[in-house]
Amino acid sequence: MAIFRSHVLVCVDPECLKKGAHDIMDALQDELVTKGLIDEIQVLETSRIGGCDNGPEIMVYPEGVHYVGISPDDVPYLVEEHFLKGRTAEKFVLKEKTFIDEELSAPTSKEVRIVLKNCGIIDPGNIEEYLAEGGYEGLGKVLTSYTPEETIDIVLRSGLGGRGGAGFPTGKKWQFCRATQEWPKYMICNADEGDPGAFMNRRVLEGDPHAVIEGMIIGAYAVGSSQGYIYCRAEYPLAIKTLNIAIDQAHALGLLGKDILGSGFDFDLEVRMGAGAFVCGEETALMASIEGKRGEPRPRPPFPAVKGLFGKPSNVNNVETYANVPQIIINGPEWYASYGTEKSKGTKTFALAGDVQHTGLIEVPFGLTLREIIFDVGGGIKDGKAFKAIQTGGPMGGCLPAEFLDLPVDYQELAKAGSIMGSGGLVVMDEDTCMVDIARFFMDFVQDESCGKCTPCRVGTRRILEILEGICEGRGKESDLDTLEMLCEQIQEDSLCGLGQGAPNPVVSTLKHFRSEYEAHIKEKRCPAKVCKPLIRYDIVDGPCTGCTVCARNCPVNCITGERRQTHVIDPDVCVRCGICMQVCNFNAIVIN
Amino acid sequence: MTIETKDSKVVLEAVQSAVTRYGASQDELIPILNDVNREIGYLPGEALDELSRLLKVPKSQLFSVASFYRMLSTKPRGKHVLQFCESAPCHVAGGREVWLAVKEVLKIEENETTPDGKWTLITTSCLGVCGVGPVMMIDDDVIGNVDPAQVPDILAKYQ
Repeated sequence: MAIFRSHVLVCVDPECLKKGAHDIMDALQDELVTKGLIDEIQVLETSRIGGCDNGPEIMVYPEGVHYVGISPDDVPYLVEEHFLKGRTAEKFVLKEKTFIDEELSAPTSKEVRIVLKNCGIIDPGNIEEYLAEGGYEGLGKVLTSYTPEETIDIVLRSGLGGRGGAGFPTGKKWQFCRATQEWPKYMICNADEGDPGAFMNRRVLEGDPHAVIEGMIIGAYAVGSSQGYIYCRAEYPLAIKTLNIAIDQAHALGLLGKDILGSGFDFDLEVRMGAGAFVCGEETALMASIEGKRGEPRPRPPFPAVKGLFGKPSNVNNVETYANVPQIIINGPEWYASYGTEKSKGTKTFALAGDVQHTGLIEVPFGLTLREIIFDVGGGIKDGKAFKAIQTGGPMGGCLPAEFLDLPVDYQELAKAGSIMGSGGLVVMDEDTCMVDIARFFMDFVQDESCGKCTPCRVGTRRILEILEGICEGRGKESDLDTLEMLCEQIQEDSLCGLGQGAPNPVVSTLKHFRSEYEAHIKEKRCPAKVCKPLIRYDIVDGPCTGCTVCARNCPVNCITGERRQTHVIDPDVCVRCGICMQVCNFNAIVIN
Repeated sequence: MTIETKDSKVVLEAVQSAVTRYGASQDELIPILNDVNREIGYLPGEALDELSRLLKVPKSQLFSVASFYRMLSTKPRGKHVLQFCESAPCHVAGGREVWLAVKEVLKIEENETTPDGKWTLITTSCLGVCGVGPVMMIDDDVIGNVDPAQVPDILAKYQ
């Protein structure tokens, strides 16, 4: 391994790329070659190191100097100052550290990081950094000290459950697959993370790919598989690139391929890229896609453990599930099971989004209450507003109101409350959110992503969407609520896969917990949250209005009339409810009714 | 439309090289289609004919796969493909205004291609970079924290 006296890390976050990070890298390489320093100083890509506000950002180690605002023309000066003369180029040093990683900040006291342990800390493109953090020790331990049965037993005792959302015990899944007496067997990693707002798998794949690979190799040894596939969605090009680099590096060190670590165990791994289909996150659809077919689900049983990819026994786990495995092996199942609740063991990563102070990735042990997650970890609701609801489990999850704030979050409790764990999206909604509008939004997503194979999902979600659109636009009928309930029940019962079965969840849960809001839309033609445009009207209040004419001059449809210094009037028949008048009014004279 | 339709030789070469790369098997169909789509910009009928011959899979079946996935196109696309994230987190972060700005600058609607064949505008599901929303992807470049005012400058970088 080559030894460099200095490492230059260039941020290739989208924001820095936009500002020319690659140009800086090229200029650095050229300059280092010119100055004859290329063998002493290494230039590397890294993920976000700063706020990306000041153009391409670079970090020079071992000094840890953070430079910002460099253009390719500044590179010769920088190289001369820092690397030849050995002094910091002061004018480019970041003055104030204002940086917050919107996706992943330092853990709060209630967090426990097992899966995200290495993310943002090691260089994902360098296997040696993973090894330095204890990487592949778990694999070594398994191959030298445990039989496949013992390995399964450890995973079983840890209580690890499927992190794709269902929480099915991973050890059991492995047992089933091991028990099937047919070969070859396939080990599959589901990296088709499609839920809007959920990006924890992407961060793990991009930040710590070897943890997933190591987990897969251990699993393959346990079930008796010699070929694996990581099915990654095409929307994650960086994750695919990082994985391929990681696989090559693992190969080079004999951690993949024939006779791994001299144990006689063979396993190979291939990344398969999707082509843009949400439903491929469903395991049977995913396998159809690897086989080169339309990504349509098929009925289960037979389960993949019996008849999976290419009709052979297969084991499908999520990225996060595999990433937990090496830690469980190294630290022992009792250590893992010491986190969490009685039935849900360990930790779970969540993507916290919506109207919460600190959005981004978090990893907490099961059993923390929603209140702790939102207020202690997430810092509470934005702008001092009131909490209204939290949606868990992504587009097929449910919305829970304030009375569930003290619910301990685990698979069982969420299911009892009428929602799901799902892959781990948490969308926090404040008092200004209309729950009917939210249900409509998610139904729009689901009916767009339905693969179309079975009628309840294809047609049923479309009908629900039409009814919800009607309610939001003031065309709701009293019978709509019964029709919605009937449709939801039938779609849940009659759909083939999880997409259809889960699709009505946002409607069912909002109908249950926020029924009065639906009724206000239908009976009173009123949107209590003042969101649904056809159901609101803008009015000018007599007192505060000074007749300054600003609103009238800014109205795009000229529906505001009034004399100067007289209270103005909005014509509701012409008004398009764009809200511009309210934004421009300096006297808070415009209200929504 | 002045979109140049690729001549047969280019199409057949792209199909040949993808099949050589992955092997003539239906199992490799998605990688093959992804490669041809990337090379040609879309999947012309000729490409499917040739694939049908090489893989010994009926063309109808190939078409059913090609038309299923969002990122594969059976219609010609522009030189650059702009994919705009239409998911909730980006929408909330001001995506709607950026979307309007993109449509205004390119003067096309969703699923359309500019008359000069330079740009095709499509929407995509969540790109998973919600922390830097609104987000769009031009070819392989993910661009985050997009402000409506920056749109003309961003697009101008692509020749």
